[in-house]
Amino acid sequence: MLNLFQHLINLMYYKTLKRVQGDSFCVYHGKRDASVKTEFLSLAFLFVLLYVMHDILKSFAEAVGLIFSFNRELYSIILLSLKISGSALIGASLLGVPIGAIVGMKRFFGKGIVISVLNTFMGLPPVAVGLFFYLLFSRRGPLGFLGILYSPSAMVIAQTALAMPIVAALSHSAVASVDKGIRHTAATLGATPFQTVKKVIVEARYSIMAAVIAGFGRIIAEVGAILIVGGNIDGYTRVMTTTIALETDKGNFVLALGLGIVLVTISLIVNIALHRVQGIGVQGD
Amino acid sequence: MLKVSLSGISKKYNGRYVLKDCSYAFEQGKIYTVIGPNGSGKSTLLRIASSLEPPDEGHVTYHDGSSTIENNIMLMRRMTLVFPTPTLFNTTVFKNITYGLRIRGLSRNDVAHRVERVLMDVRLMDKINQNALTLSTGERQRLALARAIVLEPEIIFLDEPTASLDPHSVVIIEDIIRGLKKGSQPTIIMSTHNMFQAQRLADRVLFLYEGTIEADGSAAEFFDNPGDDKAWRFITGKMVY
Repeated sequence: MLNLFQHLINLMYYKTLKRVQGDSFCVYHGKRDASVKTEFLSLAFLFVLLYVMHDILKSFAEAVGLIFSFNRELYSIILLSLKISGSALIGASLLGVPIGAIVGMKRFFGKGIVISVLNTFMGLPPVAVGLFFYLLFSRRGPLGFLGILYSPSAMVIAQTALAMPIVAALSHSAVASVDKGIRHTAATLGATPFQTVKKVIVEARYSIMAAVIAGFGRIIAEVGAILIVGGNIDGYTRVMTTTIALETDKGNFVLALGLGIVLVTISLIVNIALHRVQGIGVQGD
Repeated sequence: MLKVSLSGISKKYNGRYVLKDCSYAFEQGKIYTVIGPNGSGKSTLLRIASSLEPPDEGHVTYHDGSSTIENNIMLMRRMTLVFPTPTLFNTTVFKNITYGLRIRGLSRNDVAHRVERVLMDVRLMDKINQNALTLSTGERQRLALARAIVLEPEIIFLDEPTASLDPHSVVIIEDIIRGLKKGSQPTIIMSTHNMFQAQRLADRVLFLYEGTIEADGSAAEFFDNPGDDKAWRFITGKMVY
Protein backbone atom coordinates (compact mmCIF):
# COMPACT_ATOMS: atom_id res chain seq x y z
CA MET A 1 0.00 0.00 0.00
CA LEU A 2 2.83 2.36 0.99
CA ASN A 3 4.82 1.53 -2.16
CA LEU A 4 1.74 2.15 -4.26
CA PHE A 5 1.23 5.51 -2.58
CA GLN A 6 4.92 6.38 -3.16
CA HIS A 7 4.58 5.44 -6.82
CA LEU A 8 1.53 7.65 -7.14
CA ILE A 9 3.33 10.63 -5.56
CA ASN A 10 6.21 10.18 -8.00
CA LEU A 11 3.82 10.19 -10.91
CA MET A 12 2.08 13.35 -9.67
CA TYR A 13 5.49 15.00 -9.29
CA TYR A 14 6.36 14.07 -12.85
CA LYS A 15 3.05 15.47 -14.16
CA THR A 16 3.63 18.77 -12.36
CA LEU A 17 7.21 18.94 -13.67
CA LYS A 18 5.99 18.32 -17.19
CA ARG A 19 3.39 21.08 -16.93
CA VAL A 20 6.02 23.61 -15.64
CA GLN A 21 8.70 22.72 -18.23
CA GLY A 22 6.19 22.21 -21.05
CA ASP A 23 8.49 19.86 -22.93
CA SER A 24 7.39 16.85 -24.85
CA PHE A 25 10.59 14.77 -24.60
CA CYS A 26 10.30 14.34 -20.88
CA VAL A 27 10.34 10.66 -19.88
CA TYR A 28 9.59 9.01 -16.58
CA HIS A 29 11.51 5.83 -15.76
CA GLY A 30 12.12 5.41 -19.50
CA LYS A 31 8.40 5.33 -20.41
CA ARG A 32 6.65 7.39 -23.07
CA ASP A 33 4.15 10.11 -22.18
CA ALA A 34 0.97 8.18 -23.14
CA SER A 35 1.85 5.06 -21.18
CA VAL A 36 2.75 7.14 -18.17
CA LYS A 37 -0.66 8.77 -18.32
CA THR A 38 -2.41 5.39 -18.47
CA GLU A 39 -0.35 4.09 -15.59
CA PHE A 40 -1.12 7.16 -13.55
CA LEU A 41 -4.87 6.85 -14.09
CA SER A 42 -4.88 3.12 -13.34
CA LEU A 43 -2.94 3.56 -10.15
CA ALA A 44 -5.06 6.49 -9.07
CA PHE A 45 -8.20 4.43 -9.63
CA LEU A 46 -6.77 1.47 -7.72
CA PHE A 47 -5.73 3.70 -4.87
CA VAL A 48 -9.16 5.32 -4.60
CA LEU A 49 -10.81 1.91 -4.82
CA LEU A 50 -8.65 0.46 -2.07
CA TYR A 51 -9.24 3.51 0.09
CA VAL A 52 -13.01 3.33 -0.36
CA MET A 53 -13.17 -0.50 -0.02
CA HIS A 54 -10.77 -0.61 2.90
CA ASP A 55 -13.49 -1.04 5.51
CA ILE A 56 -15.35 -3.60 3.44
CA LEU A 57 -12.23 -5.63 2.76
CA LYS A 58 -11.25 -5.50 6.40
CA SER A 59 -14.73 -6.67 7.43
CA PHE A 60 -14.62 -9.36 4.77
CA ALA A 61 -11.31 -10.68 6.06
CA GLU A 62 -12.65 -10.68 9.62
CA ALA A 63 -15.84 -12.40 8.45
CA VAL A 64 -13.82 -15.18 6.81
CA GLY A 65 -11.85 -15.45 10.05
CA LEU A 66 -15.12 -15.71 11.98
CA ILE A 67 -16.32 -18.56 9.78
CA PHE A 68 -13.11 -20.52 10.23
CA SER A 69 -12.98 -19.83 13.95
CA PHE A 70 -16.19 -21.87 14.16
CA ASN A 71 -17.96 -19.14 16.08
CA ARG A 72 -20.76 -20.71 18.09
CA GLU A 73 -23.27 -17.90 17.53
CA LEU A 74 -22.69 -17.96 13.78
CA TYR A 75 -23.09 -21.70 13.48
CA SER A 76 -26.18 -21.85 15.69
CA ILE A 77 -27.82 -19.29 13.38
CA ILE A 78 -26.79 -21.29 10.27
CA LEU A 79 -28.11 -24.50 11.83
CA LEU A 80 -31.45 -22.90 12.75
CA SER A 81 -31.81 -21.51 9.21
CA LEU A 82 -31.16 -24.90 7.67
CA LYS A 83 -33.56 -26.57 10.13
CA ILE A 84 -36.39 -24.14 9.38
CA SER A 85 -35.90 -24.01 5.63
CA GLY A 86 -35.30 -27.78 5.49
CA SER A 87 -38.53 -28.51 7.40
CA ALA A 88 -40.41 -26.05 5.18
CA LEU A 89 -38.97 -27.75 2.12
CA ILE A 90 -40.15 -31.17 3.31
CA GLY A 91 -43.64 -29.73 3.86
CA ALA A 92 -43.63 -27.95 0.50
CA SER A 93 -42.46 -31.12 -1.28
CA LEU A 94 -45.04 -33.35 0.42
CA LEU A 95 -47.77 -30.94 -0.69
CA GLY A 96 -46.33 -29.57 -3.92
CA VAL A 97 -45.17 -32.75 -5.69
CA PRO A 98 -48.57 -34.56 -5.45
CA ILE A 99 -50.43 -31.37 -6.40
CA GLY A 100 -48.12 -30.88 -9.39
CA ALA A 101 -48.50 -34.55 -10.37
CA ILE A 102 -52.31 -34.45 -10.18
CA VAL A 103 -52.54 -31.18 -12.12
CA GLY A 104 -50.06 -32.54 -14.66
CA MET A 105 -51.82 -35.84 -15.24
CA LYS A 106 -55.53 -35.38 -14.55
CA ARG A 107 -58.08 -33.55 -16.62
CA PHE A 108 -60.58 -31.59 -14.53
CA PHE A 109 -62.74 -28.53 -14.68
CA GLY A 110 -60.75 -25.36 -13.90
CA LYS A 111 -57.34 -26.96 -14.51
CA GLY A 112 -56.18 -23.89 -16.43
CA ILE A 113 -57.12 -21.63 -13.52
CA VAL A 114 -55.25 -23.88 -11.05
CA ILE A 115 -52.13 -23.72 -13.25
CA SER A 116 -52.41 -19.91 -13.52
CA VAL A 117 -52.82 -19.60 -9.73
CA LEU A 118 -49.78 -21.83 -9.11
CA ASN A 119 -47.69 -19.85 -11.59
CA THR A 120 -48.80 -16.55 -10.02
CA PHE A 121 -48.05 -17.80 -6.51
CA MET A 122 -44.51 -18.70 -7.58
CA GLY A 123 -43.74 -15.02 -7.34
CA LEU A 124 -45.61 -14.29 -4.10
CA PRO A 125 -44.03 -11.35 -2.22
CA PRO A 126 -42.61 -12.82 1.02
CA VAL A 127 -43.76 -9.81 3.07
CA ALA A 128 -47.34 -10.34 1.89
CA VAL A 129 -47.14 -14.01 2.92
CA GLY A 130 -45.64 -12.96 6.25
CA LEU A 131 -48.42 -10.46 6.82
CA PHE A 132 -51.08 -13.05 5.94
CA PHE A 133 -49.72 -15.57 8.43
CA TYR A 134 -49.16 -12.86 11.02
CA LEU A 135 -52.87 -11.98 10.86
CA LEU A 136 -53.71 -15.69 10.95
CA PHE A 137 -51.53 -16.52 13.96
CA SER A 138 -51.81 -13.27 15.91
CA ARG A 139 -53.64 -13.44 19.21
CA ARG A 140 -56.87 -12.12 17.69
CA GLY A 141 -56.48 -14.09 14.46
CA PRO A 142 -58.44 -17.23 13.59
CA LEU A 143 -55.48 -19.47 14.48
CA GLY A 144 -54.32 -17.35 17.40
CA PHE A 145 -55.24 -20.11 19.84
CA LEU A 146 -52.30 -22.15 18.52
CA GLY A 147 -49.91 -19.62 20.04
CA ILE A 148 -47.22 -20.15 17.43
CA LEU A 149 -46.61 -16.55 16.37
CA TYR A 150 -42.92 -15.63 16.83
CA SER A 151 -41.92 -19.28 16.88
CA PRO A 152 -39.97 -21.49 14.46
CA SER A 153 -43.25 -23.33 13.68
CA ALA A 154 -44.79 -20.15 12.26
CA MET A 155 -41.62 -19.58 10.22
CA VAL A 156 -41.76 -23.12 8.83
CA ILE A 157 -45.43 -22.66 7.84
CA ALA A 158 -44.76 -19.31 6.14
CA GLN A 159 -41.79 -20.72 4.23
CA THR A 160 -43.80 -23.81 3.27
CA ALA A 161 -46.43 -21.49 1.78
CA LEU A 162 -43.71 -19.68 -0.17
CA ALA A 163 -41.98 -22.79 -1.52
CA MET A 164 -45.06 -24.94 -2.19
CA PRO A 165 -46.27 -23.09 -5.33
CA ILE A 166 -42.75 -23.26 -6.80
CA VAL A 167 -42.45 -26.99 -6.14
CA ALA A 168 -46.03 -27.62 -7.37
CA ALA A 169 -45.77 -25.50 -10.53
CA LEU A 170 -42.38 -26.90 -11.54
CA SER A 171 -43.49 -30.46 -10.67
CA HIS A 172 -46.55 -29.92 -12.84
CA SER A 173 -44.35 -28.90 -15.76
CA ALA A 174 -42.08 -31.88 -15.08
CA VAL A 175 -44.93 -34.39 -14.99
CA ALA A 176 -46.75 -32.82 -17.95
CA SER A 177 -43.60 -33.03 -20.04
CA VAL A 178 -43.24 -36.78 -19.45
CA ASP A 179 -44.08 -38.57 -22.69
CA LYS A 180 -47.74 -39.66 -22.80
CA GLY A 181 -46.39 -42.97 -24.05
CA ILE A 182 -45.02 -43.67 -20.54
CA ARG A 183 -48.57 -43.76 -19.17
CA HIS A 184 -49.80 -45.95 -22.02
CA THR A 185 -46.77 -48.23 -21.77
CA ALA A 186 -47.21 -48.66 -18.01
CA ALA A 187 -50.89 -49.47 -18.60
CA THR A 188 -50.08 -52.04 -21.32
CA LEU A 189 -47.58 -53.69 -18.97
CA GLY A 190 -50.31 -54.13 -16.39
CA ALA A 191 -49.84 -51.15 -14.08
CA THR A 192 -52.79 -50.03 -11.96
CA PRO A 193 -53.72 -46.31 -12.17
CA PHE A 194 -51.74 -45.71 -8.96
CA GLN A 195 -48.71 -47.60 -10.28
CA THR A 196 -48.96 -45.58 -13.51
CA VAL A 197 -48.89 -42.30 -11.55
CA LYS A 198 -45.89 -43.59 -9.59
CA LYS A 199 -44.10 -44.50 -12.81
CA VAL A 200 -44.71 -41.06 -14.32
CA ILE A 201 -43.32 -39.42 -11.16
CA VAL A 202 -40.28 -41.71 -11.28
CA GLU A 203 -39.72 -40.78 -14.95
CA ALA A 204 -39.94 -37.08 -14.03
CA ARG A 205 -37.67 -37.56 -11.00
CA TYR A 206 -34.82 -35.35 -12.14
CA SER A 207 -37.08 -32.44 -13.01
CA ILE A 208 -38.98 -32.89 -9.75
CA MET A 209 -35.70 -32.86 -7.83
CA ALA A 210 -34.83 -29.64 -9.65
CA ALA A 211 -38.22 -28.23 -8.57
CA VAL A 212 -37.48 -29.09 -4.93
CA ILE A 213 -34.01 -27.55 -5.13
CA ALA A 214 -35.49 -24.39 -6.69
CA GLY A 215 -37.97 -24.23 -3.80
CA PHE A 216 -35.09 -24.45 -1.32
CA GLY A 217 -33.23 -21.70 -3.14
CA ARG A 218 -36.28 -19.47 -2.77
CA ILE A 219 -36.76 -19.93 1.00
CA ILE A 220 -33.20 -20.11 2.29
CA ALA A 221 -32.59 -16.55 1.07
CA GLU A 222 -36.00 -15.21 2.14
CA VAL A 223 -36.25 -12.54 4.87
CA GLY A 224 -39.64 -10.75 4.72
CA ALA A 225 -42.01 -13.50 5.81
CA ILE A 226 -39.87 -15.02 8.55
CA LEU A 227 -39.06 -11.61 10.00
CA ILE A 228 -42.77 -10.84 10.36
CA VAL A 229 -43.90 -14.19 11.78
CA GLY A 230 -40.66 -15.13 13.55
CA GLY A 231 -39.82 -11.80 15.14
CA ASN A 232 -36.03 -12.32 14.94
CA ILE A 233 -35.72 -13.46 18.56
CA ASP A 234 -32.08 -14.12 19.51
CA GLY A 235 -31.34 -17.82 19.85
CA TYR A 236 -34.92 -18.79 19.04
CA THR A 237 -36.10 -17.42 15.69
CA ARG A 238 -33.02 -15.55 14.50
CA VAL A 239 -31.88 -17.01 11.19
CA MET A 240 -29.22 -16.03 8.66
CA THR A 241 -31.20 -13.52 6.63
CA THR A 242 -32.83 -11.76 9.60
CA THR A 243 -29.45 -11.59 11.37
CA ILE A 244 -27.85 -10.01 8.30
CA ALA A 245 -30.61 -7.35 8.25
CA LEU A 246 -30.26 -6.67 11.98
CA GLU A 247 -26.46 -6.64 12.16
CA THR A 248 -26.28 -4.32 9.14
CA ASP A 249 -28.58 -1.89 10.95
CA LYS A 250 -26.32 -2.10 14.00
CA GLY A 251 -23.21 -1.55 11.90
CA ASN A 252 -21.78 -4.95 12.81
CA PHE A 253 -20.67 -5.90 9.36
CA VAL A 254 -18.41 -8.77 10.37
CA LEU A 255 -21.19 -11.14 11.47
CA ALA A 256 -23.46 -9.90 8.66
CA LEU A 257 -20.78 -10.49 6.05
CA GLY A 258 -19.87 -13.88 7.54
CA LEU A 259 -23.48 -14.99 7.24
CA GLY A 260 -23.68 -13.42 3.79
CA ILE A 261 -20.70 -15.52 2.66
CA VAL A 262 -22.33 -18.67 4.06
CA LEU A 263 -25.64 -17.79 2.37
CA VAL A 264 -23.99 -17.19 -0.99
CA THR A 265 -22.04 -20.45 -0.59
CA ILE A 266 -25.27 -22.35 0.15
CA SER A 267 -26.93 -20.75 -2.90
CA LEU A 268 -23.93 -21.73 -4.99
CA ILE A 269 -24.08 -25.33 -3.74
CA VAL A 270 -27.83 -25.41 -4.43
CA ASN A 271 -27.28 -24.15 -7.96
CA ILE A 272 -24.46 -26.60 -8.65
CA ALA A 273 -26.70 -29.41 -7.36
CA LEU A 274 -29.54 -28.16 -9.59
CA HIS A 275 -27.25 -28.07 -12.59
CA ARG A 276 -25.94 -31.57 -11.91
CA VAL A 277 -29.43 -33.00 -11.36
CA GLN A 278 -30.63 -31.51 -14.64
CA GLY A 279 -27.52 -32.85 -16.35
CA ILE A 280 -28.18 -36.36 -15.02
CA GLY A 281 -31.79 -36.06 -16.21
CA VAL A 282 -30.66 -35.29 -19.73
CA GLN A 283 -28.08 -38.10 -19.81
CA GLY A 284 -30.21 -40.67 -18.02
CA ASP A 285 -29.01 -42.67 -15.03
CA MET B 1 -56.66 -69.50 -22.48
CA LEU B 2 -57.86 -65.99 -23.20
CA LYS B 3 -59.74 -65.13 -26.38
CA VAL B 4 -60.88 -61.73 -27.63
CA SER B 5 -63.80 -60.86 -29.86
CA LEU B 6 -65.07 -57.57 -31.25
CA SER B 7 -68.76 -56.89 -31.77
CA GLY B 8 -69.86 -53.91 -33.82
CA ILE B 9 -66.90 -51.75 -32.82
CA SER B 10 -66.96 -48.14 -34.01
CA LYS B 11 -64.65 -45.28 -33.09
CA LYS B 12 -64.76 -41.64 -34.10
CA TYR B 13 -61.99 -39.04 -33.90
CA ASN B 14 -63.06 -35.43 -34.45
CA GLY B 15 -66.45 -36.55 -35.76
CA ARG B 16 -64.91 -38.86 -38.38
CA TYR B 17 -65.23 -42.64 -38.21
CA VAL B 18 -61.88 -44.34 -37.82
CA LEU B 19 -63.47 -47.73 -37.21
CA LYS B 20 -66.93 -48.65 -38.40
CA ASP B 21 -68.92 -51.63 -37.18
CA CYS B 22 -66.02 -54.05 -36.89
CA SER B 23 -66.79 -57.53 -35.66
CA TYR B 24 -64.32 -60.35 -35.39
CA ALA B 25 -63.59 -63.30 -33.13
CA PHE B 26 -59.90 -64.03 -32.75
CA GLU B 27 -59.04 -67.65 -32.15
CA GLN B 28 -56.63 -68.56 -29.42
CA GLY B 29 -52.98 -69.36 -30.24
CA LYS B 30 -53.00 -68.03 -33.80
CA ILE B 31 -51.01 -65.23 -35.41
CA TYR B 32 -53.16 -62.57 -37.05
CA THR B 33 -51.80 -59.81 -39.25
CA VAL B 34 -53.92 -56.75 -39.81
CA ILE B 35 -53.07 -55.06 -43.11
CA GLY B 36 -54.46 -52.01 -44.81
CA PRO B 37 -53.53 -48.56 -46.08
CA ASN B 38 -52.38 -45.76 -43.78
CA GLY B 39 -55.30 -44.39 -41.77
CA SER B 40 -57.41 -47.50 -42.28
CA GLY B 41 -57.74 -47.92 -38.50
CA LYS B 42 -55.23 -50.71 -37.79
CA SER B 43 -53.66 -49.06 -34.72
CA THR B 44 -57.07 -48.01 -33.36
CA LEU B 45 -58.33 -51.57 -33.77
CA LEU B 46 -55.37 -52.87 -31.77
CA ARG B 47 -55.75 -50.25 -29.06
CA ILE B 48 -59.45 -50.98 -28.66
CA ALA B 49 -58.99 -54.76 -28.76
CA SER B 50 -56.34 -54.45 -26.04
CA SER B 51 -58.68 -52.31 -23.91
CA LEU B 52 -56.27 -49.41 -23.96
CA GLU B 53 -59.02 -47.27 -25.46
CA PRO B 54 -62.81 -47.73 -25.22
CA PRO B 55 -64.89 -47.97 -28.39
CA ASP B 56 -67.62 -45.38 -29.07
CA GLU B 57 -70.02 -48.11 -30.16
CA GLY B 58 -69.98 -51.88 -29.80
CA HIS B 59 -68.04 -53.89 -27.27
CA VAL B 60 -64.94 -56.00 -26.78
CA THR B 61 -65.37 -59.26 -24.93
CA TYR B 62 -62.79 -61.61 -23.50
CA HIS B 63 -63.45 -65.29 -22.92
CA ASP B 64 -61.60 -67.95 -21.02
CA GLY B 65 -63.04 -71.23 -22.21
CA SER B 66 -66.76 -70.69 -22.05
CA SER B 67 -66.78 -67.94 -19.40
CA THR B 68 -66.65 -64.23 -20.13
CA ILE B 69 -63.91 -62.32 -18.32
CA GLU B 70 -64.66 -59.00 -16.67
CA ASN B 71 -62.52 -56.11 -17.88
CA ASN B 72 -60.29 -55.27 -14.92
CA ILE B 73 -56.63 -55.04 -14.02
CA MET B 74 -56.30 -58.83 -13.78
CA LEU B 75 -57.51 -59.12 -17.36
CA MET B 76 -55.17 -56.33 -18.49
CA ARG B 77 -52.29 -58.32 -17.03
CA ARG B 78 -53.10 -61.28 -19.26
CA MET B 79 -52.38 -59.30 -22.45
CA THR B 80 -50.03 -56.58 -23.66
CA LEU B 81 -49.49 -54.17 -26.53
CA VAL B 82 -46.24 -53.05 -28.14
CA PHE B 83 -46.29 -49.66 -29.85
CA PRO B 84 -44.65 -48.94 -33.22
CA THR B 85 -42.27 -46.43 -31.64
CA PRO B 86 -41.90 -47.83 -28.15
CA THR B 87 -41.55 -45.55 -25.15
CA LEU B 88 -38.77 -46.84 -22.94
CA PHE B 89 -38.26 -45.92 -19.32
CA ASN B 90 -35.28 -43.71 -18.51
CA THR B 91 -33.40 -46.49 -16.73
CA THR B 92 -31.42 -49.63 -17.52
CA VAL B 93 -32.46 -52.36 -19.95
CA PHE B 94 -32.81 -54.70 -16.96
CA LYS B 95 -35.18 -52.38 -15.09
CA ASN B 96 -37.23 -51.80 -18.25
CA ILE B 97 -37.76 -55.52 -18.64
CA THR B 98 -38.47 -56.20 -15.00
CA TYR B 99 -41.02 -53.37 -14.57
CA GLY B 100 -44.04 -55.48 -15.51
CA LEU B 101 -42.80 -58.40 -13.41
CA ARG B 102 -42.15 -56.26 -10.35
CA ILE B 103 -45.63 -54.70 -10.39
CA ARG B 104 -46.99 -58.26 -10.52
CA GLY B 105 -45.01 -59.05 -7.38
CA LEU B 106 -42.92 -61.90 -8.82
CA SER B 107 -40.10 -63.33 -6.73
CA ARG B 108 -36.55 -62.22 -7.43
CA ASN B 109 -35.54 -65.70 -8.62
CA ASP B 110 -38.45 -65.91 -11.00
CA VAL B 111 -37.67 -62.43 -12.35
CA ALA B 112 -33.97 -63.25 -12.89
CA HIS B 113 -34.80 -66.52 -14.63
CA ARG B 114 -37.32 -64.97 -17.02
CA VAL B 115 -35.20 -61.90 -17.80
CA GLU B 116 -32.15 -63.96 -18.65
CA ARG B 117 -34.12 -66.17 -21.06
CA VAL B 118 -35.82 -63.22 -22.78
CA LEU B 119 -32.62 -61.22 -23.13
CA MET B 120 -30.99 -64.20 -24.84
CA ASP B 121 -33.95 -64.40 -27.23
CA VAL B 122 -33.80 -60.72 -28.20
CA ARG B 123 -29.97 -60.73 -28.17
CA LEU B 124 -29.61 -57.88 -25.72
CA MET B 125 -27.77 -59.73 -22.96
CA ASP B 126 -24.67 -57.56 -23.39
CA LYS B 127 -26.78 -54.40 -22.94
CA ILE B 128 -28.43 -55.44 -19.68
CA ASN B 129 -26.95 -52.60 -17.61
CA GLN B 130 -27.05 -49.97 -20.34
CA ASN B 131 -29.54 -47.09 -20.21
CA ALA B 132 -32.42 -48.02 -22.49
CA LEU B 133 -32.53 -44.55 -24.02
CA THR B 134 -29.04 -45.04 -25.46
CA LEU B 135 -30.06 -48.08 -27.55
CA SER B 136 -30.42 -48.02 -31.33
CA THR B 137 -33.87 -48.07 -32.97
CA GLY B 138 -33.70 -51.80 -33.62
CA GLU B 139 -32.51 -52.54 -30.09
CA ARG B 140 -35.27 -50.36 -28.66
CA GLN B 141 -37.91 -52.31 -30.55
CA ARG B 142 -36.39 -55.59 -29.41
CA LEU B 143 -36.36 -54.37 -25.83
CA ALA B 144 -40.01 -53.32 -26.08
CA LEU B 145 -40.86 -56.77 -27.38
CA ALA B 146 -38.81 -58.40 -24.64
CA ARG B 147 -40.57 -56.26 -22.03
CA ALA B 148 -43.89 -57.56 -23.33
CA ILE B 149 -43.09 -61.26 -23.82
CA VAL B 150 -41.33 -61.59 -20.47
CA LEU B 151 -44.80 -61.20 -18.95
CA GLU B 152 -45.89 -64.37 -20.77
CA PRO B 153 -49.18 -62.80 -21.89
CA GLU B 154 -51.96 -64.83 -23.45
CA ILE B 155 -52.63 -62.18 -26.11
CA ILE B 156 -49.91 -59.95 -27.60
CA PHE B 157 -50.84 -56.96 -29.74
CA LEU B 158 -47.97 -55.73 -31.93
CA ASP B 159 -48.52 -52.44 -33.72
CA GLU B 160 -46.14 -52.46 -36.68
CA PRO B 161 -43.32 -54.09 -34.69
CA THR B 162 -40.78 -53.89 -37.52
CA ALA B 163 -41.60 -50.49 -38.98
CA SER B 164 -38.42 -48.59 -39.89
CA LEU B 165 -36.10 -51.40 -38.77
CA ASP B 166 -33.11 -52.77 -40.65
CA PRO B 167 -33.32 -56.32 -42.10
CA HIS B 168 -31.19 -57.79 -39.29
CA SER B 169 -33.58 -56.48 -36.60
CA VAL B 170 -36.60 -57.61 -38.67
CA VAL B 171 -35.19 -61.16 -38.78
CA ILE B 172 -34.61 -61.18 -35.02
CA ILE B 173 -38.14 -59.94 -34.28
CA GLU B 174 -39.73 -62.39 -36.70
CA ASP B 175 -37.73 -65.21 -35.09
CA ILE B 176 -39.02 -64.16 -31.67
CA ILE B 177 -42.62 -64.15 -32.96
CA ARG B 178 -42.17 -67.62 -34.48
CA GLY B 179 -40.55 -68.80 -31.25
CA LEU B 180 -43.58 -67.63 -29.29
CA LYS B 181 -45.85 -69.70 -31.48
CA LYS B 182 -43.79 -72.80 -30.77
CA GLY B 183 -43.52 -72.02 -27.08
CA SER B 184 -46.27 -70.55 -24.91
CA GLN B 185 -48.57 -70.12 -27.94
CA PRO B 186 -50.14 -66.76 -27.18
CA THR B 187 -52.56 -65.19 -29.61
CA ILE B 188 -50.60 -62.61 -31.60
CA ILE B 189 -52.44 -59.81 -33.33
CA MET B 190 -50.08 -57.59 -35.28
CA SER B 191 -50.47 -54.82 -37.79
CA THR B 192 -47.96 -54.50 -40.59
CA HIS B 193 -47.35 -52.78 -43.90
CA ASN B 194 -45.02 -55.53 -45.03
CA MET B 195 -46.98 -58.02 -47.19
CA PHE B 196 -44.08 -60.50 -47.23
CA GLN B 197 -43.91 -60.41 -43.46
CA ALA B 198 -47.65 -60.97 -43.25
CA GLN B 199 -47.24 -63.99 -45.54
CA ARG B 200 -44.25 -65.29 -43.57
CA LEU B 201 -45.80 -65.05 -40.14
CA ALA B 202 -49.58 -65.01 -40.25
CA ASP B 203 -52.04 -67.81 -39.79
CA ARG B 204 -54.82 -65.43 -40.72
CA VAL B 205 -54.92 -62.01 -42.38
CA LEU B 206 -57.43 -59.20 -41.89
CA PHE B 207 -57.70 -56.45 -44.48
CA LEU B 208 -58.90 -53.15 -43.09
CA TYR B 209 -60.07 -50.35 -45.37
CA GLU B 210 -61.45 -47.00 -44.16
CA GLY B 211 -62.27 -48.44 -40.75
CA THR B 212 -64.02 -51.57 -41.97
CA ILE B 213 -62.79 -55.17 -42.06
CA GLU B 214 -63.20 -55.73 -45.79
CA ALA B 215 -61.68 -59.18 -46.08
CA ASP B 216 -60.08 -61.93 -44.00
CA GLY B 217 -58.80 -65.40 -44.56
CA SER B 218 -55.98 -67.82 -43.93
CA ALA B 219 -52.64 -66.40 -45.05
CA ALA B 220 -52.17 -68.95 -47.82
CA GLU B 221 -55.61 -68.36 -49.29
CA PHE B 222 -55.69 -64.63 -48.73
CA PHE B 223 -52.59 -63.82 -50.71
CA ASP B 224 -53.75 -66.06 -53.57
CA ASN B 225 -57.30 -64.83 -53.64
CA PRO B 226 -58.50 -62.42 -50.96
CA GLY B 227 -62.02 -62.48 -52.35
CA ASP B 228 -62.23 -58.71 -52.29
CA ASP B 229 -61.29 -56.31 -55.05
CA LYS B 230 -59.83 -53.63 -52.74
CA ALA B 231 -57.78 -56.21 -50.84
CA TRP B 232 -56.52 -57.64 -54.12
CA ARG B 233 -55.50 -54.23 -55.40
CA PHE B 234 -53.81 -53.50 -52.05
CA ILE B 235 -51.74 -56.67 -51.86
CA THR B 236 -50.72 -56.41 -55.51
CA GLY B 237 -49.67 -52.80 -55.07
CA LYS B 238 -52.29 -51.45 -57.44
CA MET B 239 -54.19 -49.48 -54.84
CA VAL B 240 -53.36 -45.80 -54.99
CA TYR B 241 -54.27 -44.18 -51.67
